[in-house]
Parts: sequence; structure tokens; C-alpha cells
Amino acid sequence: MDICSMTALELGKKIQQKEISAVEAVKAALECIEDREPEINSFVTVDAEGALKRAEEVQKSIEEGTIVSPLAGVPVGIKDNMCTKGLLTTCGSKILKNFKPTFTAEAVRNLERAGAVIVGKTNMDEFAMGSTTETSYYGETRNPWNPAHVPGGSSGGSCAAVAAGECTYALGSDTGGSIRQPSSFCGVVGIKPTYGTVSRYGLIAYGSSLDQIGPVGKNVADCAAVLEIIASHDKKDSTSIDRKDYDFTSALVDDVKGMRIGIPRDYFLEGLDCEVKENILNAVKVLEDKGAVVEEFDLSLVQYAIPAYYVIASAEASSNLSRFDGVKYGYRTETYEGLHDMYKKTRSEGFGAEVKRRIMLGSFVLSSGYYDAYYLKALRTKALIKKAFDSAFETYDMIAAPAAPATAPRLGESLSDPLKMYLGDIYTISANLAGLPGISVPVGTDSLGLPIGMQLIGNCFEEKKIIRAAYAYEQTRADAGKGAD
Amino acid sequence: MANKISDETMEYVGILAKLRLSDEEKENAKSDMEKMLDYIDTLNELDTTGVEPMSHVFPVNNVFREDIVENGDGSEDTLANAPLKKEQGFKVPKTIG
Repeated sequence: MDICSMTALELGKKIQQKEISAVEAVKAALECIEDREPEINSFVTVDAEGALKRAEEVQKSIEEGTIVSPLAGVPVGIKDNMCTKGLLTTCGSKILKNFKPTFTAEAVRNLERAGAVIVGKTNMDEFAMGSTTETSYYGETRNPWNPAHVPGGSSGGSCAAVAAGECTYALGSDTGGSIRQPSSFCGVVGIKPTYGTVSRYGLIAYGSSLDQIGPVGKNVADCAAVLEIIASHDKKDSTSIDRKDYDFTSALVDDVKGMRIGIPRDYFLEGLDCEVKENILNAVKVLEDKGAVVEEFDLSLVQYAIPAYYVIASAEASSNLSRFDGVKYGYRTETYEGLHDMYKKTRSEGFGAEVKRRIMLGSFVLSSGYYDAYYLKALRTKALIKKAFDSAFETYDMIAAPAAPATAPRLGESLSDPLKMYLGDIYTISANLAGLPGISVPVGTDSLGLPIGMQLIGNCFEEKKIIRAAYAYEQTRADAGKGAD
Repeated sequence: MANKISDETMEYVGILAKLRLSDEEKENAKSDMEKMLDYIDTLNELDTTGVEPMSHVFPVNNVFREDIVENGDGSEDTLANAPLKKEQGFKVPKTIG
């Protein structure tokens, strides 16, 4: 079997059993990258030399028995908004085009402790602001299923790389759907964990109250295994939560008997593509046939999630991105007169259009005179949305929904109308506002052959339920984990 | 209820955001922002009287720790990223007149 078509757990097992070496595994990934990158452009940086060196070290540790993780030696791609010591970290932006972090993000450190081999940093929308990976300063990423289409975003590079076999799994980050939506578009599995489950230390912040790192993999089992490794209580992240259970792989059980699944009627109205709708409802039927109890209900407040999100996310972004001033790292403009001129010119030249749009909106909603009307109003709306989910989870174990209203759009179609692009986040955004875990799992393709993902949203700290249901569904699909080839 | 943003407001937001936009960018930003605010105004349909603004979803409190250095001296590595440096510091334009 070809190394690049293996799942992370399959490859990890063969490495543990000495059938394949970590060096062979990384060489196979690098060959695939060389072959596919000219077309897909999943990576901003490929670290061939570092990866080979690291693979040799990991192989030695495996042989000495000092690393026994099920994923030791398996090649991984890291979204380019996670700091990696000494390795270029651009966040998809010109303003960080030469930034080499002096430390490594905690989630990535956790992977390294488990023997992961980083092959490179994956492409993304600039500062994770976007739904298509077209706002990257380093060129757009293309969908491996059909390169005329986008991979989704903002973790489009991570999802495309996994779908194309360029790395066996990847890390992404999700602020409003940035793991789940591109996972859906690229036919891979992605998890956005409960807020606070994975440390944000070293994740370049966009909307701090919404950002969460999560795994992207070929199947549910890989994602559960990766989540088990990256999740940890970290005192370096003040919002990190000390959870009771980190054993996510224990939920890989093919049994959904008695599980209560709610279908929000408000998610299946106008605006949802009919092929997507049909595929999601068919997948829910599969779970019902396996013993789950499925029921429709009214979630309510759905139409208020996007406006509330864009106020909160833009406000936090305008504050978070104030650190990019051309003083301590990254790009600085060439000529300037005085300090403020340097700040303004550096930022105006270093940020792209979408980032500037959100910084402007964020600065506006936080400015005196508008703070109450916009920012506090959005935070009050968030409280009501959380309450609506709390009440849904009194009755249901999880909510089943699409990950996106349609399959991947063609390149160039989305950026001309930002508001329309924002509306595409309707099914994913609420989970970020309410801090809930969500998973996207492939359920089929449309008539163009583009993948469709079903999203399962669970209550806070109940990843295991959605992992279990997604896994049970996946067992019914012969094509699970096959990728774009 | 279409939002209209004045040039003065745009100028002010530019100062807060530390961005200098070209005239064309300014016009686009203004119309984008007006459209977004019109959309955001749908929140006004929602009665939020008596609802506390929720900044954090979980009832967690700030965590304090002793101020002890744990990560060693990384000043050389940190300065390696500086666009301009002088001796052991970041070099910036004159800040006090």
C-alpha cells in the first residue's frame, strides 16, 4: 500500500512495527508534495531538510523505545498561524513574511513530544480571515478534488494537503468554521474542540474568545487520536481548561443506539443547496437506521449568529492585530517620517484588503459612541445564542447540520461580495460563539464530484458523543479515508 | 435604515486602526462598512433587555501565578526578528519631540 494513502494510525502502526521507517514516511510525503504542489499550493513553507533530520531523530527514539505514541514518525502539516521555533510562520500575510518565532505553540509541542514530523506550514487566508484560502499573500490554494475550485478556508491549506496526501494529517484552527468548512469542501474529517480544550499559546490570535486549534485527518479515528495528543491544560493560556477526560479515542465505538440527534429546522430552509441537503438527510437516516433517535426542532436565533460574530471577531481582531507595528518583527515600510507614519505605512502595506476591512470594522464597533450599540449588543446576542444551544442540549445529545450551504465555489467567485461570503458561515459560526465542539465528516459528493460534509455539534466537553456518532456513520462508507485520489 | 458613514468618521477610524487608506480604498471601505452595519443592525430586532453581555462562555476566573521567569533569556533570538536594531534594542523613529 502506498504510504501517502495510509491513514495516520495505519502509518504510525507500521512505523512502530518497523515495517516502514519514519524517514521513508517523510520521504514519501515530500515526493507527494513535489508532485502536487505546483497545482494545489497547500504549503507556504515546505521544510524538507528539517523534516528529514527530525525523522531520523524520531526513528532513533522509536528504536530506543523513548517514544511510543501511535503517531510517532507520521508526517504532519501545521497551519501557518501556529508558531514553530525557527521555522517561518507567516499567517498568510506579507506583514510576517520573514518572521521566525522564538518559541513553538503548545499544541505543536504536544505533537512533537509524541514524535510528529512537521513537513511544512500550510497555507491559509491572511490571519485566518476568509472562507476560501484566496486571501493569502502567498497565492491561493486549490481544491485537490477539482483545482478550478477553492478548498474552503481559512484552514484550506491543511485540508487540501491531507486530501492530496501531501501530509498524513494536519492541524488547523477554527474561529468561525475554519476547520469544519474546508474539511467539508476537501472531503476530509476536521474537529473544532470545545473552547479551552487545546492551548492557544503560540497560535497567532484572530478572535481570541472564538479561536480553537483542532485536527484535520483522513478519518474520524485519526482526528480522535490527534486530538488526544494536542489537548492539554496549559497554564500559559489563561482560557485553557483542565478537563477530566482526554481519552477521545475511547469514543471510537460503532454504536449510536439511543443517541438523540436534533435536526434544526432553521438550518434546512432556503439558501441550502438541495444536493447538500439531500446528502445530509441521507446520512442522518443512516444514523437513525443504526438506532439513533432523530427529531426535528426549532433552534431559533440562527439569523443573528453571523452579525453577532462579525462584530465580536472584528473587534477582537482590531485589538489583537495592533501588535503588528513594524517594530519587533515582520515587515517594516521602507521610508517614513516619524513613528506614527511608520506604523500606518507599515500596516497599510503589510495587510491585505480583507484584514484591513475587519480591522476598520472592529475599530469602529469598539469606538466610543458605538461600543454599546454594536459591541455590547453582540455580546448580549451571544448570551442568547448560548442559551438556545443549552436548551437544545437538554433534549438532544447532538445537533446534525450541514458544514456549509453549498459545495466548494469556483476560484474567484467569493471575494467580490464579502457579505455573501460571510453568509456561507451560517452553520458553523454558532459553535464558536457558544464554545461548542463540532466535527465535519464526509457524507458524499454532489453532481460535480465535489465533497459534502455533515457537521455534528455537541454540547460543551462532549466531543466523545460527536466522535462516536461520526465514527459509527463512517463505518458504513466504503470510501472513508480515501482522499481526493 | 441605511447606515451613512461620514468622511470624518472614516478618518477617525483610520486613526484608531493605525491604517492609512488610499482614496479608492477609503471609498470601498466606507461602502463595505455601511453594508456590514446595515446587516449588523438586524440585531436590533432582538430584545436583549436585561441580558448580560457574555464575554466568556464558561464561568472561569483569571488565573494568577508568581512572576517567575521560566523561559530563560531569549533576547538574541528575539532581536534577530527586528526590522532594525541598535546594540541590544529595537530601533524606532524618534518618539518624543
